[in-house]
Amino acid sequence: MATRDELARQTAEAVARRSYGKLVAYLAARTRDVSAAEEALADAFASALTAWPGKGVPDNPEAWLMTAAARRSIDAARRRKRGAEILAHHALLADEMASDKPHDIPDERLALMFACAHPAIDASVRAPLILQTVLGFDAATIASAFLVAPASMSQRLVRAKGKIRGAGIPFRMPGRDELAARLDAVLDAIYAVYAEGWNAGDAPRRNLAGEASWLGRLVVSLLPGAPEALGLLALILHCEARRPARRDAAGGFVPLSEQDTALWDVARIAEAENALTRAGAMDSIGRFQLEAAVQSAHNARRLTGRTDWPAILSLYDALFGLTASPIIAINRAVALAEVTGPQAGLAALDAQADDPRLAQHQPYWAARADLLARCGRTAEADAAYGQAVGLETDAAVRGFLLARRARRAGG
Amino acid sequence: MQYMLLIYTSEAALAKTSQQEMGQVMAAYGAYTEALKKAGALVSADRLKSVSTATTVRVADGKTQVLNGPYAEIKEELGGYYLIEAPDLDAAIGWAARCPASAQGAVEVRPVWTM
Repeated sequence: MATRDELARQTAEAVARRSYGKLVAYLAARTRDVSAAEEALADAFASALTAWPGKGVPDNPEAWLMTAAARRSIDAARRRKRGAEILAHHALLADEMASDKPHDIPDERLALMFACAHPAIDASVRAPLILQTVLGFDAATIASAFLVAPASMSQRLVRAKGKIRGAGIPFRMPGRDELAARLDAVLDAIYAVYAEGWNAGDAPRRNLAGEASWLGRLVVSLLPGAPEALGLLALILHCEARRPARRDAAGGFVPLSEQDTALWDVARIAEAENALTRAGAMDSIGRFQLEAAVQSAHNARRLTGRTDWPAILSLYDALFGLTASPIIAINRAVALAEVTGPQAGLAALDAQADDPRLAQHQPYWAARADLLARCGRTAEADAAYGQAVGLETDAAVRGFLLARRARRAGG
Repeated sequence: MQYMLLIYTSEAALAKTSQQEMGQVMAAYGAYTEALKKAGALVSADRLKSVSTATTVRVADGKTQVLNGPYAEIKEELGGYYLIEAPDLDAAIGWAARCPASAQGAVEVRPVWTM
């Protein structure tokens, strides 16, 4: 049986996980000081762990923590002799805490995400910043997820929070004329969280995919009228649905074309389709909806037994028209190869060969190797497989590529 | 908060501007300054004389070094500033984007350190 201490600790942790971002957002939106909000909350959680075992867990732990954190945040601002403006913010906060009914702490996590993904914040730190402020991840966990040294990740996070405070980056929904572009930055950051989790073979990083789904659902629930938010959610869910089929019993990598569709998660696919349909009804096409439509087309193989490559190719055409992204160009070349043959696909890849961003991009080399092999250019294929293997971080994918290379060389 | 909008434009390009175009540029700045005033956002603004009049001063080891020219030689020069009052960075960016200089050169937005 859990002791009272244990129970208090468990409750504090449960509240932390459920409402961390909400509490940070509420505090930071009023002071613009994310670091101070995080510190105040950390203090509040520590005092909860001291107070609750003796007095019992309060009826509304979230409100208790918020009141404690707000008090600490005000004390800290006074101690630091912050400017009149900051103190005014804190006075406002104190008023709100006094007048608010304990149950309605407004959810301002979206405003927090808009601040984290502000164009004045370096693009590479937006996703890490959202993970830290909305989900409460520590810098070390984020650093290992993004394959960055912990010290430099924590420095980047500190610098970004300093920029939010110092430059006066607002915590609010952008105006209507800016909303679409700003929301794109938020969605891009969530997508970056997902991409890190998707490519990861090891379990801790894989959890990022789950956190990205959670963030995607959160944005959709807070901004239900945004078609691209639904598109991103649909994209994530469609990809996640295939996760159980991506590895064989021995842990080996299974490419999409060879996956057992019976292993795909039907409920996730249904949720994805539902989100994509809702987005489509809003009549405003965008990158994430198109990418979700591609994954939807792949997942339709579960029902039809075949992949509709011409449909996928036309979706990639539209995507390339929208983004001109070299990554999209690779996927388009692969689809083109399925529709009109490997030579055409290879020619489309050659058109991208000068892009320096692709020189270290594993999928480019893997696609190139596959198409070269199918064109019978074995020696070149072998070299391209070598590049792809050398650039891959996931051991399972490396093993797959090496096996492919050996098979192609032999046959 | 107060923000300093630092105006960077090319003096070389400015020198090539015709009398008529110059009139338009001045009119655009005039209208912009007026809009800032009407919004109650203007704290102060000045145009600086050409960098050919600039002098850079450094004190090293107790010795004062006086150098002819600007601190940094760059393609565009600091030509003036607006000191504005804005509620947040987005509002300041909004004003910076309206500044005629942002179309000809660039405007750097810097929050002012409040003591």
